[in-house]
Amino acid sequence: MKLTLRVWRQKNADADGTMSTYEVDGISPDMSFLEMLDTLNEELILKGEDPVAFDHDCREGICGACSLVINGDAHGPERTTTCQLHMRSFRDGDTIDIEPWRAAAFPVIKDLVVDRSAFDRIIQAGGYITAPTGSAPEAHATPVPKPDADLAFEHAECIGCGACVAACPNGAAMLFTSAKVNHLNVLPQGAPERETRVLDMVAQMDEEGFGGCTLAGECATACPKGIPLMSITSMNKEWLRATRKVKR
Amino acid sequence: MTTYADYTTGDPVADTKAPSGPVHERWDKRRFEAKLVNPANRRKHTVIVVGTGLAGGSAGATLAEQGYHVVQFCYQDSPRRAHSIAAQGGINAAKNYRNDGDSIHRLFYDTVKGGDFRARESNVHRLAQISVEIIDQCVAQGVPFAREYGGLLDTRSFGGVQVSRTFYARGQTGQQLLLGAYQALSRQIAAGNIEMHPRTEMLDLIVVDGRARGIVARDLITGKIDTYFADAVVLASGGYGNVFYLSTNAMNSNATAIWRAHRRGAYFANPCFTQIHPTCIPRTGDHQSKLTLMSESLRNDGRIWVPKAKGDTRPPHRIPEDERDYYLERIYPSFGNLVPRDIASRAAKNVCDEGRGVGPGGQGVYLDFADAIQRMGRKAVEARYGNLFDMYQRITDEDPYEVPMRIYPAVHYTMGGLWVDYDLQTTIPGLFAVGEANFSDHGANRLGASALMQGLADGYFVLPATINDYLARHPHQGEVTGDHPVVQEVLAETEDRINLLLSVDGDRTPDSFHREVGELMWEFCGMARSDVGLRKALERIPQIREEFWRRIKVPGTGQEFNQSLEKANRVVDYLELAELMCLDALHRTESCGGHFREESQTPDGEAARKDEQFSYAAAWEFTGTGEAPVLHKEDLVFEYVHPTQRSYA
Repeated sequence: MKLTLRVWRQKNADADGTMSTYEVDGISPDMSFLEMLDTLNEELILKGEDPVAFDHDCREGICGACSLVINGDAHGPERTTTCQLHMRSFRDGDTIDIEPWRAAAFPVIKDLVVDRSAFDRIIQAGGYITAPTGSAPEAHATPVPKPDADLAFEHAECIGCGACVAACPNGAAMLFTSAKVNHLNVLPQGAPERETRVLDMVAQMDEEGFGGCTLAGECATACPKGIPLMSITSMNKEWLRATRKVKR
Repeated sequence: MTTYADYTTGDPVADTKAPSGPVHERWDKRRFEAKLVNPANRRKHTVIVVGTGLAGGSAGATLAEQGYHVVQFCYQDSPRRAHSIAAQGGINAAKNYRNDGDSIHRLFYDTVKGGDFRARESNVHRLAQISVEIIDQCVAQGVPFAREYGGLLDTRSFGGVQVSRTFYARGQTGQQLLLGAYQALSRQIAAGNIEMHPRTEMLDLIVVDGRARGIVARDLITGKIDTYFADAVVLASGGYGNVFYLSTNAMNSNATAIWRAHRRGAYFANPCFTQIHPTCIPRTGDHQSKLTLMSESLRNDGRIWVPKAKGDTRPPHRIPEDERDYYLERIYPSFGNLVPRDIASRAAKNVCDEGRGVGPGGQGVYLDFADAIQRMGRKAVEARYGNLFDMYQRITDEDPYEVPMRIYPAVHYTMGGLWVDYDLQTTIPGLFAVGEANFSDHGANRLGASALMQGLADGYFVLPATINDYLARHPHQGEVTGDHPVVQEVLAETEDRINLLLSVDGDRTPDSFHREVGELMWEFCGMARSDVGLRKALERIPQIREEFWRRIKVPGTGQEFNQSLEKANRVVDYLELAELMCLDALHRTESCGGHFREESQTPDGEAARKDEQFSYAAAWEFTGTGEAPVLHKEDLVFEYVHPTQRSYA
């Protein structure tokens, strides 16, 4: 396959960026999208040009590092991570636009690489269960109904890639935050910190400069792990419940 | 002139610090004898932790909970992305919830036997003991393990064992355990007990007066190379499987932290013990950048086969039952498809070498779920393996519910690593290694679902207990600062290396060298090794290294985000480590576990150990790039599990 790529190039956080055009040839439909970019980068290095910077690591759809907006869609046309997108989803001769996540809370570091440390700070605000090592009771001391365990798992699948933020017209981080709130709040182990968790995480989310939620639903459509939109509704319910219960 | 292969043998490893006495009392004994640091004094101690995977994440969180000041590093943009996240199948623990005859002793026995009698008994027993506490700890953190309808934890069985002791969270156990550790870590970061440096890569170790006192690290965004000081350094930087270029490791997983520590004096043990995982998705072409593993839990219900006839190119559904060879079930009737990984991998290689492989290039075997779907229904198969099937379909564009999967072995895990004593301390005082970075408890072969167990055992329970002893015995070590001559020297060496990489301006990319050495290693130091092949590789590696420093091309500068520079610097270390791996493989003329020497096999092609000669861990001492290293042997004593020829027939 022969393709035309229009790629966002930006030297560093302070520089202005621009879309640059590159041609790539000899692309196999079995290549992953990132292997296609590897091919481009090998050519650029040999020409003495700066290769395109992009985040990637596991390349099996679980670490959440890869983060490209492809033809306007976070992670591209299929519901998966960029690393699991294959070139068979494109046609010979296509022109493909490749951009970084665009959100106020995710500043660009270089080219297609953005700073997602705001997500870490949301987790630090309360996305955990306080259980210092060694203090745990026997694992079977508290049975967890299977539906609750399954629901927790469904939310725990979030890989923290940030596609939800990139897809949201408001740049909101509601789906990311709600996934963690729901994961921990439906488990009996998470109950003691149920209220403070949701209040603190939502407060941190607001502080980081993420936009407000208008239930556009783009986040859940873009999510490679299928975190459902209902997750946000559940978090709102948790938040309302907590505000009634906790006087601050 | 002496060559690299003319290694010398030095003094044996004198003391592993493993206590004597009954094996089940040793850990208690060690913990009791270990000195403690007064809680009020812990704040005064700084501990550096490199890496945030299961071992590093759990160690950092626990040390911070205990009151130490932790300075932690990861090259990823967030500690949540360490490659432990990709582990699929599960974590072993001797809970015996199934009442199926499991016990701590059986997990201990299975692990020593599975490792083909090349692991230290004391360590393995401790691992089995701690396994039980890990599950408790993870459940308390909210790890959503799979459960039965009664609300209790579900388990499944894994290769190499006959009990069901593997706890799992669908096909994403590593992810869930890692997020548990990451969340514990996050709590400590928020509390100010951990100073976290993401996107920062360790480039060298600082050893002052014979003790590990800090590291040199590069900020991957600004390119700034800086020094960090501490009272002890913990390496949790993972394995070195990426030496092979194609592996199931993450693209940026690398050996730099452990290799630089080795160069500074830490012995490197059993480097040739690498694990080739039998169930990976076959490669599709030269563009392949990495390989993807399919959890070995698939072997619980999938049946592995190839056509009986050579060169049979019919599609699988057109090959009748009696023309299929379910070779694992045929050769190993009692373990069948659940034989240990090394055996399953070699068997797949053998049938492909015979010309009976399937798929492009004949480099694959079928893993067939037709019987399982018929037996328990598609829904049940979906519930157990749904995400794995989806992943397979996404990569290959084939529907495994309809067409059997194609699998082929790939490099997955490295049992070798920095030599550590019972306290997980390397031969450099104050330098500890945990998780895959150490030479571990797995001997010559790791059983499935044991890596997660070991990483968390080391990080949550072992290191936090043993490091106390070290810090208590070396209370006030005097300040090391940036103007110390040793620090200046290490810093200058690192800067020189980076500048040299940038200044060669040759005509080959870092990837092209990585690929070249990787292919060489896969051919000569992969699933089967021979004297002739290994000598060839040992001749070739220095030539590649020489060419690297003449022809490498790294664009850009060192004072910016520069992924080519990161890559090139990692390749420098692969080009040295590869040589040690080949030498270790050459010197060990026996076959054991994942190390198969063609010259040492039984008449029916099984690995033949030579216990009289090789019942030791090989700990190598660095003497200089390309210069013959010194071998130190740690003799392995088996008091409880007596070495037998492994039999899974």
